[in-house]
Amino acid sequence: MTQPVSLALARSFGLTPDEYDRVLAILGRVPSLTELGIFSVMWSEHCSYKSSRVWLKTLPTKAPWVVHGPGENAGVIDIGDGLVAVFKMESHNHPSFIEPYQGAATGVGGILRDVFTMGARPIANLNALRFGDPANPNTRRVMDGVVRGIGGYGNCVGVPTVGGEVNFHPAYNGNPLVNAMTVGVAPRDRIFLSAAAGIGNPVVYVGSKTGRDGIHGATMASAEFDKDAEEKRPTVQVGDPFVEKLLIEACLELMATDAIIAIQDMGAAGLTSSSVEMAGKGGVGIDLDLDAVPQRETGMTAYDMMLSESQERMLMVLRPDRQAMAEAIFRKWALDFAVIGHLTDTGRITVRHHGAIEADIPLAPLADQAPLYHRPHTPPVPPPVLGPVPDPVGIGPALLTLIGCPDLCSRRWIWDQYDSTVGGQTIKRPGAADAAIVRIEGHALALALTTDCTPRYCAADPRQGGAQAVAEAWRNLTATGATPLAVTDNLNFGNPEKPAIMGQLVAAIEGMGEACRALDFPVVSGNVSLYNETESDPILPTPAIGAVGVLTDAATAIGIALAPGQTIILLGQTTGWLGQSLWLREILGREAGAPPPVDLTAERRNGDFVRGLIEQRRIAACHDISDGGLLVALTEMALAGNVGVTLTAEADHGFWFGEDQARYLVATTSPEALEQLAAAAGIPHRRIGHAQGSALTFADGTSISLQLLRSTHEATLPALMA
Amino acid sequence: MRAGIVVFPGTNRERDMAVALRRGNAGAPMMLWHAETDLPPLDLVVLPGGFSHGDYLRSGAMAAHSPIMAAIRRFAEAGGYVLGVCNGFQILTEAGLLPGALLRNAGQRFLSMDTYLRVERADTVFTNRYARGETIRAPMAHGDGNFFADATTLDRLEAEGRVAFRYAEADGSVTEAANRNGSQRNIAGVYSENLRVLGLMPHPEDLVDPLLGGTDGLPMFEALSALG
Repeated sequence: MTQPVSLALARSFGLTPDEYDRVLAILGRVPSLTELGIFSVMWSEHCSYKSSRVWLKTLPTKAPWVVHGPGENAGVIDIGDGLVAVFKMESHNHPSFIEPYQGAATGVGGILRDVFTMGARPIANLNALRFGDPANPNTRRVMDGVVRGIGGYGNCVGVPTVGGEVNFHPAYNGNPLVNAMTVGVAPRDRIFLSAAAGIGNPVVYVGSKTGRDGIHGATMASAEFDKDAEEKRPTVQVGDPFVEKLLIEACLELMATDAIIAIQDMGAAGLTSSSVEMAGKGGVGIDLDLDAVPQRETGMTAYDMMLSESQERMLMVLRPDRQAMAEAIFRKWALDFAVIGHLTDTGRITVRHHGAIEADIPLAPLADQAPLYHRPHTPPVPPPVLGPVPDPVGIGPALLTLIGCPDLCSRRWIWDQYDSTVGGQTIKRPGAADAAIVRIEGHALALALTTDCTPRYCAADPRQGGAQAVAEAWRNLTATGATPLAVTDNLNFGNPEKPAIMGQLVAAIEGMGEACRALDFPVVSGNVSLYNETESDPILPTPAIGAVGVLTDAATAIGIALAPGQTIILLGQTTGWLGQSLWLREILGREAGAPPPVDLTAERRNGDFVRGLIEQRRIAACHDISDGGLLVALTEMALAGNVGVTLTAEADHGFWFGEDQARYLVATTSPEALEQLAAAAGIPHRRIGHAQGSALTFADGTSISLQLLRSTHEATLPALMA
Repeated sequence: MRAGIVVFPGTNRERDMAVALRRGNAGAPMMLWHAETDLPPLDLVVLPGGFSHGDYLRSGAMAAHSPIMAAIRRFAEAGGYVLGVCNGFQILTEAGLLPGALLRNAGQRFLSMDTYLRVERADTVFTNRYARGETIRAPMAHGDGNFFADATTLDRLEAEGRVAFRYAEADGSVTEAANRNGSQRNIAGVYSENLRVLGLMPHPEDLVDPLLGGTDGLPMFEALSALG
């Protein structure tokens, strides 16, 4: 890099002419190359949220149990027993398309660091994945690499991967989505924040050495791909889960002492964003001496080091009198430990290298004058409600098609590659319940964890889709008996400079906010990933929701498995809503109509009722009804319990496959008592059938064997990936 | 009963193992750092699961040369009891304390799922709370669990009754389908000559609590509680 700094170079770094003018005004001179790099990454969409920030502020973020909302490395909520849950979901979409294994692996690594940075031991990972058309050969390559990457990293660090979701759609052919979520637990009074304090205090670098990998990754993640996307491979970072594991243990060991004043992981934009954010939040200045930075390569420039996104690195401000003790801990874990600077009272970030000042930027304007855009947005127009549609195939054949289709088939091929039991606290593993359940070691408490979003609903009606994603997450936690507490959001959209895309983002956030308010389900952390377009084809709008609930007694959690002798009852209103349903898409080949409306009053009433049933131990299994509708949900319950169901209800395809919201299937051995309670609570209810035998038997006497249902459900992904 | 759990850089199932030992009333285990050169007085040494040193070389190969391994070798030679699970098993084979090697799984993928194990003998200190031929369930989670030894070694292990567990169906039948990682003769775990060192790939320590789906692993830790 020897080019002179100019507007042309600034534009190649992703800055607009107006943004470059601001840089000139702030500095009063032409920036150095390193300074230009710092401005460009700090003001990238990825780091600055410049297109989404005005809308994100409309989301509810407060509740009595919220300890830290958005703005910290991760959200923090009180879960009782003097403990907090610390969690966040973050995307690694762009790198995962270019280099699926490392892209996904470092996505897991990055989100883990966001959580243990705050003092929490990670106890669970989840991931929300969207891949392209299964028939597209590239989908197989991307999915194989992503799954191996998630497993390779999570399995090695020893954090169980317990849940998530996967969808397929051609809209993700050129932009797969990899959204990784980590949940950790810490004592409530041992939370670590990033605001630096104490003029003169040492700024300490720990972890891996710095290399040239990932330079300008944040900028890459803030632009569309063109056909030469693969040439961006050098911007993808390479992960080392072993070092991450050491870093977790070393940080938690140090966090048990009083040495740390502030700590921040080096994520997107690496040393730049961590130092700028720590000093900025603390209202102090920071002086960095890059000669002291542990380096993996020779001849690195200040620009290289400030922009590198090498993984597994942390920045800390320590009490000076604890520095030697801290160093001993990191040496014990064979990690680099280097004092690379100190805090100042200048309010500036000053970067020195080889005796020269390579950057000298006032921190306040870097943050305060960061661009903030009220981008034009066109409100989306939802399609009309779908009219009547015929059933050309019949209920049984449609069921077999649906449970074998890529969006509904068993995910076993994926989760069999993820260690879901390490830690010895996983009570409900993948597939066992609507949410994963992980107990807190040494406590009766458990957390219920899920990720949810239905992108095809969001594409048809972003507002309803945004609300539905939140409602479904709330419902999935509820169906285990957990009390839903809070969400993290990962907003994946196309190019916000297009008014139609911006309109999707705005409407989805409005829908999410509405649902979060109605369900007392605040947003405590999140991430925005825009420009998910390749050659101008955008993804489906995908506001993925990660959610956390609590069970005060882990033993009360229930799953979806039926047992012989149980009666299955449907709770919630069924209208036979086939608009945007998977039945419509898989059987008639249509993606049409309005998605099912979300009635938040009904959602809350029905969910609170179900949770009450679980607390009173009146039901032994529960499954929310979502993709594929009632009969798909029932089949999943039967397969999980390895028992057949004899249906007593007779109905049409709308009833069996419609995707009306706010509905649950519950299994009980005392159906009359349950029906009385439902009637008293004003909850629509209907008996569906009995768990018995080894087949799904319809009211007309025809049946499908459990064996055929299972083989159909299980065969798809192994065949696709063989 | 004094148990020590060895922690290598990259070990990640040490807490699971401690929970299981406590549940089995096998004492409050102490954690032993890999850099130690001597062991405190112990009745049992456990090498737990994980990715020691990242396992970027052969799994367990670097850990087998840790300072503490010399002390563990002396402990075993003096008749001490050693349990190695998953990465611990890999380390024991790399250190020569158990025969054979753990190769990459036959399907080249990490395998995380419940597996059934047939208990091949129930007269050792590890298995005396099981019945011979009994089938127990245990989760497995590994990329390199494909047990390999040459035919002579395998025949000797069989003849000497040193096969501890075999991968089986739920009904105890030893089938190819049950042998997910491709191990020779479905072998999931083996003993040393004196039957005091046991290595196995699946994780009995992760199934010791009804809330976690079962207690099939608990009898092993209850049996070990009798050691001290």
